[in-house]
Amino acid sequence: MNLILLIGAPLLTALAVLAARNKAQVKWISLAGSLFQLGLAVALLLAFRHERAINNTAQMLFEQQHLLFKTLNISFHFGVDGISVAMILLTSFVVVAGVLVSWNVEKMTKEFYFLLLLLGLGAYGFFISLDLFILFFFLEISVIPKYLLIGIWGSGKKEYSANKLALMLMGGSALILVGMLGLYFLAGNTFDIMTLSKTTIPAEYQHILFPLLFLGFGVFTALFPLHTWVPDGHSSAPTAGSMFLAGISMKLGGYGCLRVATYLLPEGAKEYATIIIVLSAIAILYGAFATMMQKDLKYINAYSSVSHVGFSLLGIGMLTQTAITGALMQMVSHGVMTALFFAVIGMIYDRTHTRMVGEMGGLMKQMPFISTIFFIVGLCSLGLPGLSGFVAEMTVFVGSWQNPDLFHRIATIAAAMSIVVTAVYILRAIGKTMMGPNTNEAHLILKDAAWNEKLAAILLVGGILAIGIAPGWLNDLLQPAAEEIMNRIAGK
Amino acid sequence: MNELFTLMKSELVLTGIIFLLLFIKIGKGVKNETLLPLAQVLLLANFVFGFVLNTEGRLFGDMFYTTHLIAFQKNILNLGVYLITLLCADWLRKTPHLAEFLLLMLSALLGMFFMISSANLLIFYLALELATIPVAAMANFDLDKKKSAEGAMKMILSSAFSSGILLFGISLIYGSTGSISLPEIQERLDGSTLQILAFIFFFTAFAFKLSMVPFHLWTADVYEGSPIAVTSFLSVISKGAVAFIFMTMLFRVFTPMKEVWQVMIIILSVLTMVVGNLFALRQQNIKRFLAFSSIAQVGFILLALSSDDFHMGSTAVIYFVLIYLFSNLAAFGVASVITERTGKENIDDYKGLYKTNPFMSWILALALFSLAGIPPTAGFFGKLFLITAGASGAAYWFILVAALNMIISLYYYLRVIRAVFMDKNDNPIEPLKLMAPVKLGMLLCGAGIVLAGLLSWIYDYIHSL
Repeated sequence: MNLILLIGAPLLTALAVLAARNKAQVKWISLAGSLFQLGLAVALLLAFRHERAINNTAQMLFEQQHLLFKTLNISFHFGVDGISVAMILLTSFVVVAGVLVSWNVEKMTKEFYFLLLLLGLGAYGFFISLDLFILFFFLEISVIPKYLLIGIWGSGKKEYSANKLALMLMGGSALILVGMLGLYFLAGNTFDIMTLSKTTIPAEYQHILFPLLFLGFGVFTALFPLHTWVPDGHSSAPTAGSMFLAGISMKLGGYGCLRVATYLLPEGAKEYATIIIVLSAIAILYGAFATMMQKDLKYINAYSSVSHVGFSLLGIGMLTQTAITGALMQMVSHGVMTALFFAVIGMIYDRTHTRMVGEMGGLMKQMPFISTIFFIVGLCSLGLPGLSGFVAEMTVFVGSWQNPDLFHRIATIAAAMSIVVTAVYILRAIGKTMMGPNTNEAHLILKDAAWNEKLAAILLVGGILAIGIAPGWLNDLLQPAAEEIMNRIAGK
Repeated sequence: MNELFTLMKSELVLTGIIFLLLFIKIGKGVKNETLLPLAQVLLLANFVFGFVLNTEGRLFGDMFYTTHLIAFQKNILNLGVYLITLLCADWLRKTPHLAEFLLLMLSALLGMFFMISSANLLIFYLALELATIPVAAMANFDLDKKKSAEGAMKMILSSAFSSGILLFGISLIYGSTGSISLPEIQERLDGSTLQILAFIFFFTAFAFKLSMVPFHLWTADVYEGSPIAVTSFLSVISKGAVAFIFMTMLFRVFTPMKEVWQVMIIILSVLTMVVGNLFALRQQNIKRFLAFSSIAQVGFILLALSSDDFHMGSTAVIYFVLIYLFSNLAAFGVASVITERTGKENIDDYKGLYKTNPFMSWILALALFSLAGIPPTAGFFGKLFLITAGASGAAYWFILVAALNMIISLYYYLRVIRAVFMDKNDNPIEPLKLMAPVKLGMLLCGAGIVLAGLLSWIYDYIHSL
C-alpha cells in the first residue's frame, strides 16, 4: 500500500473543503473524506496483517523514500510498523467521529473543517514518518490549527488557553529541536530514524540528549509537571477540538517518547527510567485526585486524561516488553475512550448548556442513548473488564511487575491504587448527572442524540469493544514492534 | 567589451531603467497611473533577465567580481523591490513625487548590487554610501509628517556615524595589511591585535546597518516615521543586502580570524534575539512591532553566521533572506493597505479584521506564522536551517537559547493573530477593496510563503551555486 495516500487524502479533502460553496457541501465533503481515510486505515491494517502473515519480517513495511533536501540529507522517508498502524487506525476513528459531532458548527464552518482536517493530516504524517525532520515538521504543523480551533470556536477563557497551549507545545518543540540536531550531528548528518537506530551514540551524549527529547515530547503527552496546558486546553476547545487534542495529539507525544527518545537513545532511557517512573506515578495519582475535585465535566475528563496517559509513560519507564506493549495499548485505548468521552460531554453540553455536574440530574430519562454511552465510556475509564481500559492497564501492570525490585513494585502498586480513585469520580459524575431526580425543569424537554452523534458514538464504542473483548489483534500488532524496541534497549 | 556587458549585466540594466525614468521625469512628465505599472514591468523584466546569461569573472583590476551566487542574491533583492512596488501601490500612486521616489529606490538598489559585487574596500564603501543616502531621502517622503522628517534625520545621522566608524576600521585594515583588495587582505590577515581592533570597528558598522543590539536604537523610530514602502525597503532589502555582504566578508575575507568573530557573533546574536524579542512584546504600533521583530530575526541570521560550515551557513542565510522577504513584505503589505486607507496603525485597530477582510487576514496570518517559524510555512524551514547551520559550530546552549527565543517570538506574533481572528471589535476596519497590483503582490508573497519551503530544490539550488 502506498503510504502517501494517507497524507494525500486529508490534504485533498481539506483543499476540497476550501473550494466548497456552502456549509452543507463542506460537511459532506469532510465526512466523505474522513470516511475514505478510515477505509484507508483499515486497508492498511489488512495489508499489514497480510504481509506479516506471509512472513515478511522487515521491521518497517511499505517503506518509501523521496529525497527532499538533498544537501542536508533530509528525505520523505515513510514506513509503518505495528505501532504506526495502530496509531493511524486510532487517528482515522477520531477524525470521522470528530467530523460527525461537529455537524452543528455554524460559525465559520468552512474554516473549522479545514483546520480539523489539517490536524488529522499532521497526525497521519507524524505516524508514518521515519525521518526526524519530517516527523518534527508534521508534529509542528498542528500548532496553527490547534491554536485557532481553541481561540475561535472555544468556550470559557479560550484565548488564554489557546495561548498557553501554543506556547507550551512550542516549548516542547524547542527541546525536541535541540535534541534532534544533537542526534543529527552526532550520527554524521542524518535524520533518518532507521539509520539512527543502527548507530550507537556515546553514552555521555545520550545522557544529555535523552532528557531534551523525552521532556520535549513529554510536554505533548502531559508529562507531569508539564501537563498544565491539558486541563485548560481541553476544556476550552470545541468538542471536536478536545477529541483531537486528547485522542490524537497527546498520543503524538507518547509515540515520540517511545520511538524517538527511548528507541534511539537506549542508554539515556536506562539512566532516566527511575525519574520517568516517579514522574508518571505522580501524574497518575495527582491526576486522579485532582479529578475528584472537579465540577466541570470537561475538566474531569481532562485531569483524568493526565492520569490515564501517565500509565503510558509508566509503561515506557518500566522498560519491559510487556509494559511497553501495555503502554502502547493504553495510548490506543485512551485515544478512543477519551475522544468518546469528550464527544458525549459535547452532546450533553449542546443540550443543557452547562457542563457543571451539580446543575444536572436524571438525564437518563430524556437522553437514554447519550446516557448509555456515558455509562460505557465511564466504565471503560475505570477499567471494567471487557472494555479497552482494562486490557491496557492490566498489561502495563503485568509488565511493571516483571521488574523484581522494591522500587518498581511500589510504583506499580501506587499506580494501581489510582483505579479506586478513578472509580469514585467516574461513578459520582455518572450518578449525579444521569441518575436521580431531574433537578432542572428546563432539562425535561431535551432530545436524545441525533443521527450524526449516534453514528460517532457507535463508531468509537465499537473501537472500545474491539480492543476490550478481543485484544489479540492489537497485541499482535504492538508486541513485535515493542520487542524490537526492547531488543535495542537490551543491546541485542 | 563583451565581458563588461555580461558581468555587469544587472547593474547596467538597472542603470538603464534609472535613466529611462529620469528622462520621463524631465521630459513631458507622466501620470502616476502609467508610471507605476511601467516601473513594475521594468523591474519584473530585470528580475527575469537576471536568471539568464550569467557568467563569473572579475573586472576593473579585481575591483568588481561576480559569481552565480552573487547574481542570485541580486535577483532576490530585485524581486523584493518589485514586490514593494506592487504591495505599496496605494501609497505610491498618491505620492506627488513618484518618479523621484523610484529613482531614489533604484539608485539604492544599484548601490546594493555594487556592494555585493565589490572585491575591494574602496568600491565597497562607495557602494554602501550609494545604498544608504537615497534611503534617508526616501524616509523623509511623507513631507507633511513631522515623524517622517525625524526618522530621516535619525537615519542620516546614525548612517553618517557608522560610516565614520567603518572608514576608521578600513583605514586600520589598510594600515595593518597594506591592501584594500579583499583577496589580498585575506592572505595577509594574521590575527594581530591591531587587526582585531580594525575588525571590531569594521564589524560595528555592519552591526549598525543590520541593527544588531546594542546598535539598534535608530531602527524603531526610523521604521515608525517612514512611509511603509520605505520601512519595508529598509527592513527587507537593505538588511538582506548588508547580510549578504557581511556574510561574504566573514566567510571569504576574515576567515583567518574565525575564532575572534565567532565569539563576537554568538554574543551579539543572543543579545539581538533576546532584546529584539523582549521589546517586540510590548509594542502597540504595528510598524514598531515589525521593526523589533525584524531585529530579532537578524539575531537568527547571525546564528547561521557563527557556523563552522561556511557553505551550509551561507546557503541557510540566503535561503532565509528569500523567505524572510516574502514573509515580512506580506506583513508590511497588509499594514500598508490598512494604514493608507484608514490611517490606523495600532494592533488594537486590527481587532475583528477577519470578519471584514478575510483575504488580508489570512495573508497576515501566513506571514506572521512564517516569521514565527511554524510549519507548513516556509519560515519553518528557513529558521530550522539557520539553527542547523549554527549547531554545526556553536555550543548547544546557544542553540537552546535560540530555540527558546522562538517561543517568545511566537507569543507576540500570536498577539496579532489573536487580535485579527478572535477579539471582538465594535468598530472594525471596514471591508477594503484591494487594488489589482496589491492583490497580486499579496498572492505572490503568500505563494512564496507556502511553497518556498516545500519546493526543496530552491535550497539545493542555492547550495549548488
